[in-house]
Amino acid sequence: MDDLYRDYILDHYKHPRNFGELEPHDLEAFEHNPLCGDELGVHIRVQDDRIADLRFHGHGCAISQAAASISSEELKGMELSEAGQLGADWLLELLGIPISATRRKCALLGLKAVREAVTGDDAWPV
Amino acid sequence: MPRAAEHRPQAGHGLGVRDDFPIFTREFAGKPLVYLDSSSTSQKPQVVIEAQAAHLRERNANVHRGVYELAQQADAAFEGARGRIAAFAGAAAQVTIFAKNVTEAINLVAYSWGRSNVGPGDAVLVTQMEHHANIVPWQVLCRERGASLRYLEVDEHGRLSLAQLEQELARGDVRMVAFAHVSNVLGTINPVAEIVRRAREAGAVTLVDGAQAVPQMPVDVDALGADFYAWTGHKALGPTGIGVLHGRREVLERMPPFLTGGDMIASVDFQEAIWNELPWKFEAGTPMIAEAVGLAAAVEYLDALDMSRVREHERELTEQLLEGLSQVPGVSVVGPPGTESRGGLASFTVEGIHPHDVAELVARHGVCIRAGHHCAQPLMRCLGVTATARASVGVYNEPGDVQALLDALHGAREVFSLEGTSPARVG
Repeated sequence: MDDLYRDYILDHYKHPRNFGELEPHDLEAFEHNPLCGDELGVHIRVQDDRIADLRFHGHGCAISQAAASISSEELKGMELSEAGQLGADWLLELLGIPISATRRKCALLGLKAVREAVTGDDAWPV
Repeated sequence: MPRAAEHRPQAGHGLGVRDDFPIFTREFAGKPLVYLDSSSTSQKPQVVIEAQAAHLRERNANVHRGVYELAQQADAAFEGARGRIAAFAGAAAQVTIFAKNVTEAINLVAYSWGRSNVGPGDAVLVTQMEHHANIVPWQVLCRERGASLRYLEVDEHGRLSLAQLEQELARGDVRMVAFAHVSNVLGTINPVAEIVRRAREAGAVTLVDGAQAVPQMPVDVDALGADFYAWTGHKALGPTGIGVLHGRREVLERMPPFLTGGDMIASVDFQEAIWNELPWKFEAGTPMIAEAVGLAAAVEYLDALDMSRVREHERELTEQLLEGLSQVPGVSVVGPPGTESRGGLASFTVEGIHPHDVAELVARHGVCIRAGHHCAQPLMRCLGVTATARASVGVYNEPGDVQALLDALHGAREVFSLEGTSPARVG
């Protein structure tokens, strides 16, 4: 069994959850990883200050795709104020695999897009 | 004396010089280092490491100003290095300018030559296969001067069209044609002398990015005839921090300096200064002295290996690489078919595995390859991909290195449970 490419990571990569466009949507953001050119965008529908629904779109490596897919299931139903404050640790713990320094941005790309859509802040999650 | 001269090539074992490179004593992931990323930067032979250290240990002083003996020795080492580096590339020392790297060399030309020769209505012609270093300085120049930036297209075999070059030149507005000698993504070897000849007939100046070419094949800058030819030390077994710009003397003499300050002046008054002569007019401040000495040792080492043999060696490895990649299910290689007009590299994609994951998975076997856009995003768009994996060879590689990559690729496909994985080949 590979430490990084575990079965559930590859499953989320090959069959990403909550991927595609969401029309209409209330919030959106589009992010890219300058290192590798990977791109991930997010559409969010808001109801009662919560993420009622969201979809990711774009393309990237197994790590960025799986991280977006896995986090999408947690993000649905979350209060916007909570989603806007999510940090890197939240996502890395959720992902559950050892991430090297060079792959960190791959893992965080989707969360960066969500945070920008919700708060307008396009800084990398720390 | 470079140790390479003691080595003779062995059939099937590359050039037999791996022991000259101390880094290959290291292991990664419990396996010997398999370095297939020489297009990014080359490894360094002991003679280069020692030449640089010996200079710092025994001959260190600033250049061009001391009268004491140590300073004279430093001068001799620095200007002697310039002479050897110039001769290696077939250029005169007087028109061989040191810069930080190819990026700075191209910026030198774009600022110094460009700001005095390109104006509104003029055009700069580059190609779709350029590294960002040979795109962005021209974008900035053209925007600033109201000129247009146009691109020669790359065909499905990764080649430029001389017919399109003729059409572009016939428009009569092209002042500069800037292009790579060897593409860092496609591997394409461009017909430099032919492009230079046609550009000159049309009254355009030429700049060749030789970053990938000089380390892997014989290059005679004078014979190629370009107005500017740039290359970098660290890809040619030398240190980082030193690049080389060769120019045609009559063009360089008409150009104003790029960076100004110390060392590049003949005399300075309170309000004005008189520029130094070539090549120092373009070298402001204390130059990269130890790095020049290191690069001189590198080109001596390459000379002893013989660049024709280096090219033949890398061509054989690239044949093996292309043949092996064609046997891996789902692999597509970009660039010219065969090795006639291809340098020592292959960029490829693996269906179902992102290039980043390919690089990560082969690294588990100690194999170093590059993944990403290779600083050539416009080309990536033309190819319809966001990234590729790239394997590139150097003088120290052996057939076993290529085989290690191929085995690791079969293994990577198995990790991703892709169809057509052949268990017998999994490494």
